[in-house]
Amino acid sequence: MVKGNIDSFESMGLVDGPGVRFVVFMQGCPLRCAYCHNPETWSDEKKIQITPEELVQKILRYRTYFGEDGGVTFSGGEPLHQPEFLLEALKECKKYNIHTCLDTSGAGEEYDEILDYCDLVILDVKELDEEKYKKLTGKSMDWFKKFLALCQKKEKKLWLRQVIVPGYNDTEENVLKLKEFASHLKNVEKIELLPYHSMAKEKYKKLGIEYRLENVLDMNKERCKELEKMLKD
Amino acid sequence: MKEELKEYWKGFKQGNWQENIDVANFIANNYKEYKGDDSFLAPISEKTKKVWQKCEKLLAEEAKKGLLDVELDAVSGITSFAPGYIDKKNEVIVGLQTDKPLKRIVNLYGGTRMADKALEAYNKQLNPTIEKYFKEFRKTHNDGVFDAYTPEIRRARKAGLLTGLPDAYGRGRIIGDYRRVALYGIDALIDFKEKDYAQIDVSSEENIRLREEVREQIKALTKIKEMAQTYGFDISKPAKTAQEAFQWLYFAYLAGVKEDNGAAMSLGRTSTFLDIYLERDMKENGLTEEEAQELVDQFIIKLRLVRHLRTPEYDEIFAGDPTWVTESVGGMLDESKSLVTKNSFRYLHSLINLNPSPEPNLTVLYSNKLPLNFRKFCAKISILTDAIQYEGDEVMRPIYGSDYAIACCVSAMKVGKQMQFFGARCNLAKTLLYALNGGVDEKSGVLVVEGLKKNTEKVLTFDKVWKSYQKTMELVAKTYVDAMNIIHYMHDKYAYEAAQMALHDTKVERLMAFGVAGFSVAVDSLSAIKYAKVKPIRNEQGVIVDFETEGDFPKYGNDDDRVDEIGVQLVKYFYNCLKKYKLYRGAKHTLSLLTITSNVMYGKKTGTTPDGRKQGEPFAPGANPMHERDCSGALASLNSVAKIPYCDCCQDGISNTFSIVPDALGKDEKSRIKNLVDVLDGYFVQKAQHINVNVLNRDLLIDAMNNPWKYPNLTIRVSGYAVNFNKLSRAHQEEVIKRTFHTSR
Repeated sequence: MVKGNIDSFESMGLVDGPGVRFVVFMQGCPLRCAYCHNPETWSDEKKIQITPEELVQKILRYRTYFGEDGGVTFSGGEPLHQPEFLLEALKECKKYNIHTCLDTSGAGEEYDEILDYCDLVILDVKELDEEKYKKLTGKSMDWFKKFLALCQKKEKKLWLRQVIVPGYNDTEENVLKLKEFASHLKNVEKIELLPYHSMAKEKYKKLGIEYRLENVLDMNKERCKELEKMLKD
Repeated sequence: MKEELKEYWKGFKQGNWQENIDVANFIANNYKEYKGDDSFLAPISEKTKKVWQKCEKLLAEEAKKGLLDVELDAVSGITSFAPGYIDKKNEVIVGLQTDKPLKRIVNLYGGTRMADKALEAYNKQLNPTIEKYFKEFRKTHNDGVFDAYTPEIRRARKAGLLTGLPDAYGRGRIIGDYRRVALYGIDALIDFKEKDYAQIDVSSEENIRLREEVREQIKALTKIKEMAQTYGFDISKPAKTAQEAFQWLYFAYLAGVKEDNGAAMSLGRTSTFLDIYLERDMKENGLTEEEAQELVDQFIIKLRLVRHLRTPEYDEIFAGDPTWVTESVGGMLDESKSLVTKNSFRYLHSLINLNPSPEPNLTVLYSNKLPLNFRKFCAKISILTDAIQYEGDEVMRPIYGSDYAIACCVSAMKVGKQMQFFGARCNLAKTLLYALNGGVDEKSGVLVVEGLKKNTEKVLTFDKVWKSYQKTMELVAKTYVDAMNIIHYMHDKYAYEAAQMALHDTKVERLMAFGVAGFSVAVDSLSAIKYAKVKPIRNEQGVIVDFETEGDFPKYGNDDDRVDEIGVQLVKYFYNCLKKYKLYRGAKHTLSLLTITSNVMYGKKTGTTPDGRKQGEPFAPGANPMHERDCSGALASLNSVAKIPYCDCCQDGISNTFSIVPDALGKDEKSRIKNLVDVLDGYFVQKAQHINVNVLNRDLLIDAMNNPWKYPNLTIRVSGYAVNFNKLSRAHQEEVIKRTFHTSR
């Protein structure tokens, strides 16, 4: 039986998808985003090993809190990095009718069947410019584009997300560009702008990884909300 | 029932309540459930604004001084004080404990030493004549208790094994059914008591005592009437209007807080009862929503002004000058119909009209079957004010029926039919150390519990430790029960709460409430012994003073059955130990996991424990997991607490305090409200009993600790009650800040 490699669990995720959600932070990610706040999930280091059944039994302990729209969110790391496990885990969730949400950058390859078991995809639109995307994440945009295309083909419900970093993409121009991009997509239910914060700095230090945004201040939350408003107008 | 009462009851549906004292029946037959939202609510009235402004000034002054004023020429009593007002022409509900707002009462019946110490702390001197004669001619509760205490009890008390026992102050946790005065009037209540009195034969000591008590109750009822008269009201007959219903009910409560100084003197469950009168007045006399809210707000103002004279030692256990004027709101009548009325909304709305405040201690009896609009409104008010606690109606209603209320923090009882013998708590973390050290106190080296053997293992083994822990618990339980029996015998004898007991059925059921502190410390310590390698470090006298722990172990608060099950076994075992011993007046044993703020003081008195907690460090409050040890997210923590059995075990309550930062609760107000409702639904469906909800940032608390003037109304929930953060001591503030705040990542 395939086992998942999990960094940690959050039994009360209230900001990663609709309602009350059990969040599975999966280990391993091919991207190296400058602002990543979970660098401990990058490597393939073995952490919590769990089978899909065990995981779902754990999730079921929180079912009473899910209400009408809550459920499970697979996040990370990059959940698509462990496609075999993810697929089995999603199938197992569906046996119990648990609402499933995939929080991803699209950085993976085998996800055709996975998408069939996702009720919602939260897609991280890191950057729309190819050059900049590569600089930010260390990888090309191809994964993202292919993933998005399949989501569109399969008519998946989408929430788009972007981290807003001061002095980098905190401009109205960038937000309008994102809005324009989203306007050509189907099934976009929501676009969220996440204000960058530097709380992960300590983690980088501990892990001995260079922090590329050393001198960048936290994004002003109010300003971020204002920008988010522009998306709705 | 007399014919003449019928004209007061015009418009009400008939029922058993007209023949017998049966307020629950009156409510069930007459209330109107409200399923709508909060859009009908009215803002603060001009009159209320004026009254409240005066109070705010006085409250600020009191906050500076610690104590505004004390009446030095009289002692506690229903009719001991002249009428007092805040702003007579603007008050629609009148009555104060003494002749001036916030002027405290000296109560000598509990014990003169306590009163002396309190007065001394504030440089006050009681009228020497009163002092001289009272001390010369009147024995107190405290005197009686110490005449009878055993050496075992004295040692346990001194060592901090049993602490906070009500042996020098009023026991409280008695809820008079204050609604009876509004519904029946004093005269009818006296008639009922006279009938009961006539039927009590003198065949036993218990009956003779009961005859004396009922006579005391009748005298108290007469005095309540006299007291109301001094304010210009005749409450001998039932209330005719909503204003009268609020006023009659309040006079009844006021009599209680004039007579007694119990730690928690709770109000009961009054909002839906009073809604019936408001609805009648709206229909028949054109009472407006503004006027209805005005009555509620002004009643609430009065409850906010209740004070008792306390000593600094008392404040150390119960920080922030709490009075626990607990009011239970909501709950279900049966499986399908809730007891939510418009007045349930109005009570909570007072936190907006009058700013957040710790008192009255607003307690929502929660069920996922309550109307969604009401649940959302509660969540909204929680997020805005941090002033509400929630208690599981689904776990309590099957035991207490639909007309119960919470006394103090988490103690349920049938209103007017049950009363409680309050019993503070036993330190189960220290008990564990005694099990290891053969009953010798780890701090003083004194032998506190006799008849135990020292543990001599190099590495502690679970089976051995558990066995000696069981033995220790049995011995401690005996001492604890002895202490409680003595205390309540003497309290009944020397400081009987006649006014409150007059508003109970004559044949009252009694619950004796034992309690536990240091629960999570004890549970994690046992888990460490079971799953890791714990080496005790002994001093020259062979007393274990520290531990070396190798390896990790499951910790309570992560929904991990391996450790949570230890917790379940622990409370069950201790409860069964208590149950082996007979209780005074046939009381029923109950048990709570509730520390109030004494978790700080208990921690101070307890040595290093095997879970890694160092000597002197605070315990977690109530049933909470230890700070920062619950690391699987908030719901895992809630699930662990929800496993502790309420029914037939911890039936005096399982207190849990939950703090979450606003950003982690949701992205906007709407989703925060919805998410909080989902969390509460999910928790209480699992038959959990209690949760305090705080939605705030740790940074805000740190700022408030350093700049209190910036946050005059900062209210937070601690353990079963709310406090004004500024009123906590630095040690208590630091402990609150240290607690787990659930965040998002």
